[in-house]
Amino acid sequence: MLNVITTDSASLLAKAIGIYDNGKCALAAMFANDERSLCGHFALYCVFMSRDSQHITVLKALVAEQGQFPSLTPDIPAAAWYEREIHDLFGLTAVGHPDLRPLVNHENWPNHLHPMRKDFCMQEAAEADGDFPLPKVKGEGIFEVPVGPIHAGIIEPGHFRFSQAGENIINLEAKLFFTHRGIEKSVEGRTFEDAFYNVERVCGACTVSHAISYSQAVETLTGAKVPRRAQYLRVLAAELERLYNHIGDIGNLCAGLGFAPGTSHGARIKEQLMRLNESVAGNRFLRGMVIPGGVRMDITREMAFEVAATVARVQQDFNEVMGLLNKNDAFLDRVDTTGIVPLQAALDLSVVGVAARASGVNADMRRDYPYAAYGELDFKVPVCTSGDVAARLWVRVDEVAQSVRLIKQILSEMPEGLLQVALAAAKPFDSALGYSESPRGGNLHWVMAGENNTIYRLFIRSASYPNWPAVALAAPGNIIPDFPLINKSFELCYACLDR
Amino acid sequence: MLHLLRKIMNTGTVTEGHEETAVSDRFRGELRVRAEACGECRSCVAVCPSKALSIEAGVCSVNNRACLFCGRCVEVCEREALRHTPNFRLAELQGSLATSAGEILKQRIRQTLGRSLHIRHVDAGSCNACDFEMAALNNSIYDIQQYGIDFVASPRHADLLMVTGVVTRNLTQALVMTYEAAASPKLVMAVGACAASGQTFGQTYAIRGSADALVPVDIYVPGCPPRPQALIYGLLLAVDRL
Repeated sequence: MLNVITTDSASLLAKAIGIYDNGKCALAAMFANDERSLCGHFALYCVFMSRDSQHITVLKALVAEQGQFPSLTPDIPAAAWYEREIHDLFGLTAVGHPDLRPLVNHENWPNHLHPMRKDFCMQEAAEADGDFPLPKVKGEGIFEVPVGPIHAGIIEPGHFRFSQAGENIINLEAKLFFTHRGIEKSVEGRTFEDAFYNVERVCGACTVSHAISYSQAVETLTGAKVPRRAQYLRVLAAELERLYNHIGDIGNLCAGLGFAPGTSHGARIKEQLMRLNESVAGNRFLRGMVIPGGVRMDITREMAFEVAATVARVQQDFNEVMGLLNKNDAFLDRVDTTGIVPLQAALDLSVVGVAARASGVNADMRRDYPYAAYGELDFKVPVCTSGDVAARLWVRVDEVAQSVRLIKQILSEMPEGLLQVALAAAKPFDSALGYSESPRGGNLHWVMAGENNTIYRLFIRSASYPNWPAVALAAPGNIIPDFPLINKSFELCYACLDR
Repeated sequence: MLHLLRKIMNTGTVTEGHEETAVSDRFRGELRVRAEACGECRSCVAVCPSKALSIEAGVCSVNNRACLFCGRCVEVCEREALRHTPNFRLAELQGSLATSAGEILKQRIRQTLGRSLHIRHVDAGSCNACDFEMAALNNSIYDIQQYGIDFVASPRHADLLMVTGVVTRNLTQALVMTYEAAASPKLVMAVGACAASGQTFGQTYAIRGSADALVPVDIYVPGCPPRPQALIYGLLLAVDRL
């Protein structure tokens, strides 16, 4: 159930606090839209999702040209990064924000230019030599350790500034948005179908989740009813994506603490799943499977058999490898009590997905806001309460078993039917929200249609967006050699956040 | 400890050689055009997300470097003039390596590097698919180390830079500094459609373009993402091992 409430910027804070209701409704996303050509104003959108019912409230506030609005951050901490992004990309100021530093635009960007405004002209964006302040911790013996953006291993770019007292991390500042490609701007004015190929490439590891979220938003706008068989095939693709991600992530987690057998077996099993992906979708990341309106390809009986056999073999193999981990004292010593995200912090920051479930938040979009065929399927949502690296590991292990269970159901209960439907005309300036549970958590796409089935605005709030601040929170109090392990226990995508 | 050893014994050897080229039936590899079937309706050109197709003087040609291997053009062609083949060995040598003067360079490389290669990965703004495929090169199936090829942590130790992603504004400095920090002789490989062509998302305020807009590129490896075997093919081609 989706409810839209419109208000003005003066009443925004009071209304937001009312809907937020001390955390009963999580702030799931907050973004701006240049609607000056439609109604003379910028618009702010705050998406709240109830934690105990299927209720989504979109609070829309109109902001006047000089562009100020009361900051939600002091009362709703989850708003912090959204308001910084809005400031960078639209030039709207959240008055009262405790930390309005640049987030998206780095030192090379001229301060007075806001690229998501409709009247932004690319030619004006010359090089600049500004500041990108990273707060320091001061004190006797405190020093800084800068890491990245180019990291030692094969990993995405991000900069981390540690404030250290010896080995102990006092503070961690993350500077991200290095892989910011301006995808949300690149799709404006393109048709829904054309823009899809950009959306599918926001992130490699979350390809299917982005494809599903975006397609669902477009299908709501065009009134398209995706056939049941296509919904089942979407779930198959989504669960295959979850499987290879979780197993690969667990392998990477072992790399984070130098447990080579875990890394090696994890990578070996992941490779089998990547090859399975290619035999189903023609691409190892399942690109090309989901499309707005349905799916592009069917699975044959032989393929279904191959999927079932491979997944069963993988489950058996994986269980044996996990047996190696939970018998190994040196391994357990590193992962237990490391990188804790307390429950209250997870709630305040609207942390999602594996990281949230590992800290005791019982939430999963597949169960709480069923989409595709999940409403007809049977599965459990594992929750741990310790909030440490170990919890994020064991939650993934249990989710692997649930994904295998889901895949078995999909294959045995696959209904007959069409694979896709055509898209009708969307009403210009209507908007819709699509969402799915990616391997890292909820992935929201908000689309406003333009004329002739083009995109006026797309906002992508991937699972990594609310979770990155949690990584910065989990590090202090640990020793710096534990940071790679903590980072890998979240295994967030930089590309999903940066877009 | 015994459990670890038992698991290792039970798993056995899984390493494949680089000649292993079997792909699944649905794999979308190199596009082939049946010139006699093409009616020049240009539907394929219109529908290509990265402008990889063009029709000039009656000939439909594909820019492999920009191709996303999405299959849209194949679907849209009413005369079935386009199809994906299983070929993924699409790496192209460029610049100094491709010319006859390149022979001298190749000999120098062979002498200096002794047919081994150390690689530094540089993510210049990718979606992480190419990066995960590169990381897969270290797994026990592809085992890139069997060729004397390895990844290093510092550009100072590198012979080759593997660049992924359209180069973003925010990563321009990192890419250029990494290139300058690598000692000569050095090679640069542009991995994937984004680094090879820069056309994946079109032009935006945050994108500079392909890798060769900023650093000289010696090898292009098309794909979205290129499979690990395609990367190995590109690497062996670069050190003249094929």
